[in-house]
This record gives sequence, C-alpha cells and structure tokens, in this order.
Amino acid sequence: MSVFPYLVAAWIFLVGCYGLATSRNLLHAVGCLAVCQSSTYVLLLAVGFRDGGTAPVFSDLTPGSRPVVDPVVQALALTDVVVGATLTALLLALVIQVSKRHGTVDPDELSELRG
Amino acid sequence: MNQLLPLIVAAPLLGAALLVATGRRLRRIVAEAVGCAVAAATAGLAVYLLVSSSSRPLVEWVGGWTPRDGHSVGIVLVGDQVALGLASVISLLVVAVLAYSWRYFDEPPQQQTGTFPALVLLFQAGMCGFVLTGDLFNAFVFFELMSVVAYALTGYRVEEAKAVQGALTFGVVNSLGAYVTLTGLVLLYARTGELGMREIGRALDARGGPDALVLVAFAFVLTGLLVKAAAVPFHFWLPDAHAVAPTPVCMLLSGVMVELGVYGAGRVYWTVFAGPGGVAPSDAERALVTLGTASALVGAVMCWQQRHIKRLLAYSTVAHTGLFLVGLGLLAPDSTTGIALYVLAHAGVKAALFACAGILLDRYGSVDAHELHGRARRLPLVAGLFTAGGLALAGLPPFGTALGKALTEEAAGTPLTVLFVGVSALTGGAVLRVAAGVFGGWGPRPSGDDTYETGGERENPETSGTRGRVPDTMVAVPAVLLACALAVGVVPAVATHVGHAVDEALPGTASVVPEWTTTGVLLGLLSALLAAAVGTYAALHPPGATARDRTAPLRRLHSGHIGDYVAWLLVGMALLDALTFPGYLAS
Repeated sequence: MSVFPYLVAAWIFLVGCYGLATSRNLLHAVGCLAVCQSSTYVLLLAVGFRDGGTAPVFSDLTPGSRPVVDPVVQALALTDVVVGATLTALLLALVIQVSKRHGTVDPDELSELRG
Repeated sequence: MNQLLPLIVAAPLLGAALLVATGRRLRRIVAEAVGCAVAAATAGLAVYLLVSSSSRPLVEWVGGWTPRDGHSVGIVLVGDQVALGLASVISLLVVAVLAYSWRYFDEPPQQQTGTFPALVLLFQAGMCGFVLTGDLFNAFVFFELMSVVAYALTGYRVEEAKAVQGALTFGVVNSLGAYVTLTGLVLLYARTGELGMREIGRALDARGGPDALVLVAFAFVLTGLLVKAAAVPFHFWLPDAHAVAPTPVCMLLSGVMVELGVYGAGRVYWTVFAGPGGVAPSDAERALVTLGTASALVGAVMCWQQRHIKRLLAYSTVAHTGLFLVGLGLLAPDSTTGIALYVLAHAGVKAALFACAGILLDRYGSVDAHELHGRARRLPLVAGLFTAGGLALAGLPPFGTALGKALTEEAAGTPLTVLFVGVSALTGGAVLRVAAGVFGGWGPRPSGDDTYETGGERENPETSGTRGRVPDTMVAVPAVLLACALAVGVVPAVATHVGHAVDEALPGTASVVPEWTTTGVLLGLLSALLAAAVGTYAALHPPGATARDRTAPLRRLHSGHIGDYVAWLLVGMALLDALTFPGYLAS
C-alpha cells in the first residue's frame, strides 16, 4: 500500500484548517469543517484497504475464499458520516440564527464576545 | 450486575426519545416530572452499581460480542469505581439542574414543551457513555454526542445574538478537536488492529518500544480531549460558550463536562499509553504539566479581569482544569486521588456559583458586576451562598476542594504548591470581590469605561417579570450543592472511597488513604485568607486603567473570532507534539 492516500488525507485536513482559519463567511467555515472531516474518511478507508481485496459482503462470498478489505473501518466511516451530518446540520442552523440576529455572517464583524 | 451497566446510558436515551415523541402534547409539569424521574432513576442505578460492585470492575461486551482469540470487534463498557463514581456525579448534577430549571425558564412555547429536559437527558446519556466506555472509537462517538447536545443547549435561546455566536464557536472548535482525536485513534487502529483501549495498550506493549507514529497518535488523541478540557491554548471557546449558555446549562458545562476532558486524557494515558509500548511517563508529564500550568495562569489572570460574572466563573473553570491537568500530569497515585476529590467538590461549588449568578440574572436582568454594584443587598441568603462558594473555590477547609488541593500539593512539591495557592487565591478572590461589590455594595461604584471586554449589562433575563421572591428551588439547589462539596471534605468515608477507587483504577499503585494534614489545612487557610484579602482590597480600591493595560495583550488574544481560535488549536497541536517528542529523540 502506498503512502499516497495518507498524504491526501493530511492535505485535505490542512486545506480545511486553512479555510477555517481564514474564512470570511460562516457558511464557508462550516463547509471547511466538513472538509476537515472528509480527511478522516480518506484516512479510515486507506487504513482498511487491502491489495486485491473485495467488498466485505459475505452473502455472495464464501468466507476465506478471497481477501476482503477491513469491514471495521467501513463501519467506523459510516458512523463518522452520521456524526458529521448531525453536526453540519446543527451548525448550519446556528449560522442561520447568527445571520438573523447579527445581520451578518462575516466572523470579522461579530465582536460581541471578547476579552 | 454487568447487564445493568448499559442501562445507565440507555435509560436517559429512552427518556429523551419519549419526551421528544410525546413532549409537545404533555403539559409542562408532566414533561419536566418525567425528565426528573428518568434522570433520578439513572442516578439511582449508577449509585447502586457504585456501592454494590466489588473490587473488580464491571465489564460488559454490548450485544454479547466478546473477544475471540484476544481480538475484539465488539464494544465494551467498563464500570470501574472511578467511572461509576463519575457517572453518579453526572447524573446527580443533572437531577439538580432539572430541579433548578423547574422554576427558572419561562413557560415554553406550546410546541416545545419537553425540549429542554429531553436535551438534558441526551446530554446525560452522552456524558455517562463517555465515562463508561472502554472502546476508543465509542468514546469518540459519545464525545460527539455530548458535544452536539452541548452546542444545542448553549444556543438554546436562539433569539439571542450572543448565545448563537458562542454556540457556533463552541461547535466549530470542539468538533475540529474531535476530528483530530479521530485521526489519532485511526492511526492506533492501523498499528494494532484493535479499538478497545486495553486491547490497544496490550498490542502496543507487545510490539516493543514506541515509535514516532505512537507519539503522534498520542498527541492527536489528546488534542480533542484537551480542547474539551479547555487547556491553553485550546481554551478560547470556553468563556464564549459558558458566558452565553442558559444558566442551568452552565452548571452542567462547567460542573462536569469540562472535567470529562481531563478524565478522558487520564483514562487514555493510563489504559493505552502507560505501558512500555506507549509514551514514556516523563514525556506525558512534561506535556500535561506544561499545558496545565499555562491554563492555570491564563485562566486566573483572565478570571480576575472580568466584570461579566458568568464569564468570570468560566475563566475560573479554565484555571481549575489547568490545576487538574497538573495534578493528573504528575502521574502519581496521591496526586490523582487529590484531583479526583478536587473535581468532585469543584463540581458542586462551581454549579452552586452559577446557580447564584442565575438568580442575579433572573432578578436584575444583568450579570455585570459594575452595573449590579450594591443592587443585590436584599438577597442575604444568596449573598451567603455566593461568598461561601468563593471561599470554597479558594480552598477554605473543610470544603472538599481544600482536601483535594492539599493532597495534590503534597504530591506536587514546592513550586507547584505556590501555583496551586496563587491560582486558588486569585480565582476565589475574584468571586469574593464580586460578592462584596454586588451583594455588599462595598467600595466606590466602578466606572465601566473599558472598551475591550464583554460587559454583562442589558442581558435578557431567562424569566419574565419579577416574582415576589426567589423561588425556593433556585436557592435550595445551590445550598444542597455546597453542602455536598462540604461533605466531600468532612465525611471521611467519601475520601476513603475515592482513594480506593483511584488505587484500583491505576495499575500497580500503593493504597493511600486521603486525610487532612496540618500542612494541608494551613495551606488551605492561607489561600482562603489571600483570596479574602485580595477580594476585599479590589472591592474597596477598583483597579485603574493602567492595571488593566498590562493584561491588554492577553485580553486581545481572546478576540471572539472563530478563525483565530482554529489557528490557536493548530498551534496547540504543534506544541503538544513538540512537548511529547524530546524523550523519543533522546532515546
């Protein structure tokens, strides 16, 4: 297994963080957070990959007859997706409220909490 | 008995589901009674398991997926005495919070009855699951469950500008931390093929000495937990979130949720990384003590500078979790026992102080110490509770905070003792200064001319209209919580039990029975006296503009800007790596 997928995961994470740190729009920031999370999907699937392995669906596959990729990481990735969906929905709802109450979604203009 | 363990998580989940399904058709009193009953039943179950379980921890493989040939794919719950004790504290505090909010909120809108108790029950399930799980991925899932509910509860008053902003910052920073933790645990899975904490630890030890990947995984896993524990420089979200959340929610956030980050860090270290294949104790100690000291200092200085009372209490939480991290980072059984007692008593004290702040907000529509100056003279009972809370925070014997602090100081040595006394005195002094000004009207009215800070005036009270007097439940809850904090220090059985629980949870340690010593009592009295002195002095002589200017650079870092906080999180990750690596490079 090459190191390439791991580099991709690290790159996606850093790109997401860069976007979060420099974002001028909260919707964009929430999107960047989702980008950061995608790096964990890539990492998970890269960890479970096996050369020549097929999908771990045993309904049409005799166990042990051929290599399969790790089903555990797929379950983890699926859980991760659920967590991410919940979170993104909640954060977007909060952004809508910020936009309504503050009249802006630019983090530079939100200065009520400081010091 | 083992089979009862999952019920601690499942019962509040089912209660929340019930309230979500039927809540809007129920009358408020029914919905809240159901919430209280479910929380109390869970608390009873946790306490029952805590008291009746023998010295061996309860271990339950959920769904019967037990390990085969040493490999596991199932999810394990581990109920040792520390975890069950924490689950009991969480559940009891949830009951207290539901009782407090009984008369606290306005009548909810017709369609939303039951929303608040349902969310609090979900929160309870997430926190109990987090302390009980023995599986690292499951810990991440419960971590996210409690976090997401915490964001929702923080932004519960969606009509308020500050509340939604604080909740959003809280959400973004904590979730980013959680994803870093997830990355770390995936790295561990890649190395060992296991997800159970003990199984990972065993597999790492079987491989021999640690390598760079293990150290990186350690720093990554710790990042999310330290974000939750609000260690500097991961702490920026905390004051923003705690200052704007509804008061009953603050009681839970500051009382137990933040401490769960410290607990998680400790549990992960002892269970996964303490062996020969993990991280050397010196490296872990360096990382935790350094970050803990920084948090304690920054928290104490920022706490002293606040005029927003809830924000002041939030920074005092930063300072105290810093102290907890220092005690944990010493990796000694004595200091860990001390920290366990300290956390226990701190939960009661901090929740009581927030409850008192909630009464002020309810009465006067403000939590600004300057604006409230001398206005709360008519609440002598609340004044007494608030002062007692301040003294307990400063470590006045015989409060449990003092006992825990004294034990940790004895294990920590002189330089750290100075830190403990100084930070306790400063945070306690800040609370006492507020008490003297707001309830006693001491000193001249401070001028509110500072531009760079969050004031607390013109807050929307969370209740409508002024009632004749403060509802009994809202005074009784902080009184009971303070009494519990007192009991932790006064009743020797509590201390002995905590001591045994910690000994049993930590591998290969000698049993220490925690008890008061002369030095401990004197140090506690010293920090309480110092707190009273600085508090009184500051109330009588409000600081001038020059004193504030000196801390201006530090205050300006807390800019309330999400991007800044994310950048600090990355800096903290790099710092954590830098602190962990020297031992590995030297070997």
